[in-house]
Amino acid sequence: MPERVQLQTRLPVGAADTRSLGWWAMIFVVFTEAALFAYLLFSYYYLAVVVPHTPGTFPLGGPLAVKLAGPNTAILLISSAFVAWAQTGIERGNKWRLVGGLGAGALLGTIFLVIQSFEWGNQKFDIPSSAYSSLYYVVTGFHMAHVLVGVLILMALTVWAAMGYFNRFRYAHIHIGALYWHFVDAVWIAIFFTFYLTPRLGLMS
Amino acid sequence: MSVSGYERAPAIADGSRPELRRHLELLWEGEGGFIGWLSTVDHKKIGIRYIVTAFAFLVIGGLEALIFRIQLAWPNTHLLTPEQYDQLFSTHGMTMIFLYAFPVLTGFSVYVWPLVIGARDLALPRLNALSYWLYLAAGIFMYAAFLVGFGPNDGWFNYVPYASRDYNGGPNMDVYALGMVLLGISTTTGAVNFVVTFLRLRCPGMSINRVPMVTWGTVTANAANIFAVPAVSLAFFELWCDRNAGTHFFTPHEGQVLLWQHLFWMFAHPWVYVIVLPAMGMVSEALPVFTRRPLVGYAAVALGTIATMVLGFGVWVHHMFATGLPPISMSFFSAASIIIVIPSAVAVFAWVATIWLGRPVFATTFLFFAGFVFLFTLAGVSGYMTASLPVDWQLTDTYFVVAHIHYVLIGINVFPVIGATYYWFPKMTGKLMDERLGRWNFWTMFLGFNLGFFPMHITGLLGMPRRIYTYADGMGWDWLNLITTLGSFVFAAGVLLFFINVVISYRRGRAAGDNPWDAPSLEWSTSSPPPPYNFAVIPTVASRYPLWEGRMPGSSRQTITQSGLVLDHGKEQIGTGPLDAQADIILKTPEDTLVPLILCLAVTAFFVGLLLHWWWLGIAGLAATGLSLVWWHWPREELGETAEPENA
Repeated sequence: MPERVQLQTRLPVGAADTRSLGWWAMIFVVFTEAALFAYLLFSYYYLAVVVPHTPGTFPLGGPLAVKLAGPNTAILLISSAFVAWAQTGIERGNKWRLVGGLGAGALLGTIFLVIQSFEWGNQKFDIPSSAYSSLYYVVTGFHMAHVLVGVLILMALTVWAAMGYFNRFRYAHIHIGALYWHFVDAVWIAIFFTFYLTPRLGLMS
Repeated sequence: MSVSGYERAPAIADGSRPELRRHLELLWEGEGGFIGWLSTVDHKKIGIRYIVTAFAFLVIGGLEALIFRIQLAWPNTHLLTPEQYDQLFSTHGMTMIFLYAFPVLTGFSVYVWPLVIGARDLALPRLNALSYWLYLAAGIFMYAAFLVGFGPNDGWFNYVPYASRDYNGGPNMDVYALGMVLLGISTTTGAVNFVVTFLRLRCPGMSINRVPMVTWGTVTANAANIFAVPAVSLAFFELWCDRNAGTHFFTPHEGQVLLWQHLFWMFAHPWVYVIVLPAMGMVSEALPVFTRRPLVGYAAVALGTIATMVLGFGVWVHHMFATGLPPISMSFFSAASIIIVIPSAVAVFAWVATIWLGRPVFATTFLFFAGFVFLFTLAGVSGYMTASLPVDWQLTDTYFVVAHIHYVLIGINVFPVIGATYYWFPKMTGKLMDERLGRWNFWTMFLGFNLGFFPMHITGLLGMPRRIYTYADGMGWDWLNLITTLGSFVFAAGVLLFFINVVISYRRGRAAGDNPWDAPSLEWSTSSPPPPYNFAVIPTVASRYPLWEGRMPGSSRQTITQSGLVLDHGKEQIGTGPLDAQADIILKTPEDTLVPLILCLAVTAFFVGLLLHWWWLGIAGLAATGLSLVWWHWPREELGETAEPENA
């Protein structure tokens, strides 16, 4: 049977949510970023397992405290919830819910960065102290850089949202930026588990 | 009919109307002049730029090889000092593997893809421009250091601890490390672009079982890049940290030198397939044209391509058989490396069957592709040999491995690429390449290559180690090395004939017409060279070989190229579903812009700042990067990214 172009099909025009090319591109950006963090964690586990360590050197000075990182994890996850709330808001055409949710996400992301820098300042080891300290600073540093980029994205989106660029038909930018933010939050869970929880399982010291 | 700009039913019309073509020409042609040259996002211009740049690196890398082949022609030669030799062979590897082999395939794909899939550009044209500029910047970055004597000097795979600060105090390794991270950004952005284009921009009707073979190779390789490139970028970043921030990733005792080899080969083995699969795709695409029949085993070849790539992620340890890993690990990777022969062989049998069952036309492209099948088989056999653990222990770090890698890279990359140039040059320029010179070109290259590189297998079996700057006489390697050097010069002369043919044919080649090869795919349905908008109306295809419909048994003409979707409200394309290729959106394509170039300069400034420890430059580069990205992504009305005024 011959295939014909359907004459009367109405098609969306322009950046239409998950049909926009930016959305598809961001999915693959997230894949490549996830691979990057997988290789970072591979470096961690490889050096943890393959190199013989004297007790107390991996992790250096015992497992990391969760006093700051635990609540900080919660802050990051709550920021994702705010951003999701903003996303469903604009799908219903609620501009101020969009601005508020994005702004709150950016604010909580900034608080995460401040607390994480505070933890860095209070560590008893420096970058060159050992393989473990190198991994700690490089992996959490990579993540902080990603949070910083995410916060800047959320800030730009907040400003654009306040300027009235988005409505219930046009919000591809929001979903694309939010996808990145949710990824940055999700990958933190893997880092938190690796650096803060696995040493407490008693397998590596 | 609503007046909203959010949706529209595209008109259907005849594509031959002159006023439609004039209108599209105005929309798509872009600015002229120098600024237009810098700001273009046209895939055809960027594709040719990629190809020309990659061929320039091929020439540079080839000249480097000729210099050290003179050094190796006779024993005890001291044309080069050991340090010069180290830099020369390392830079040769870096150039050929990273700056030629993949970018040239990217260039062809950038040019050809939208044309074979019936689109007007890639999915992300600005990102495409950025990929090119970053590739050029990374090439200049690494070569600038080489020219002042600070090129990489530890082989292209750059093993620690030789590459660490204690043993390699100069800036050589910092340049290589940062340059590779910069190049990695280019590769990744390109990869995302190809994958999204493949999934979303195939013209209506081009369902997943009708995709032209050339796109299968490229999309598989680029999907792999998305997962493989971060490994090498991270490895080089960690190396840079070890050298500049005192970290302990690869330092003996604290860290582990083998971590480098793992991360590097987790990337670099998939990379071997990345730089051959698109070339194999070119062969599967054009071999049917010169055998006058469809490819035998389309589905098997497409699935074999993907299977090869997937398995390619699980064989990296075969580069590390001599590092003392546990036997269970080596057995696994040896088995995986032997199994990978099967999906690769599927393609070989498909090509042989296609030639066997077809009526070959002995054009230059066919000669290069048939020669490629032969060289591919030899490369496969020597690869199969080194996959076996005891054989590898005998052969590793000898010239046998050098022979193998050159049969892979030249046989499976250079030969198909030159064949593909003969094939698509008429589409790109409107002129045919000279066939008589083409025959000389092929035979000189083919004989020179085998004369030069086949004896390396024997030199390796006789125990000559690779990476040595000279050797004593009386080892039984003398005459073999002399033949290799002679062969490499003959081969180089063949490559020179190719470039001469390109120049002569570009100046005064015969006019090609739309479809000089009577080929079946969509790019041959538009003019040569194609207009800026590629297709006046969006084609709708109904089979795997749209232009051969009605001439093959059981097929009737159903593909529509003359009339179709008219998308002329600005630069527009059609977006389709990933599997069935049903139209589901009208996409807006960005205009020419300088932002990709500015972003590239900002990112490069950041890397130069890191290299020289000029922190102010690094910070300025980062700030400029951020600002360029905000400018880039600013919601634009003409791209359909912003809300329309409520009362319009």
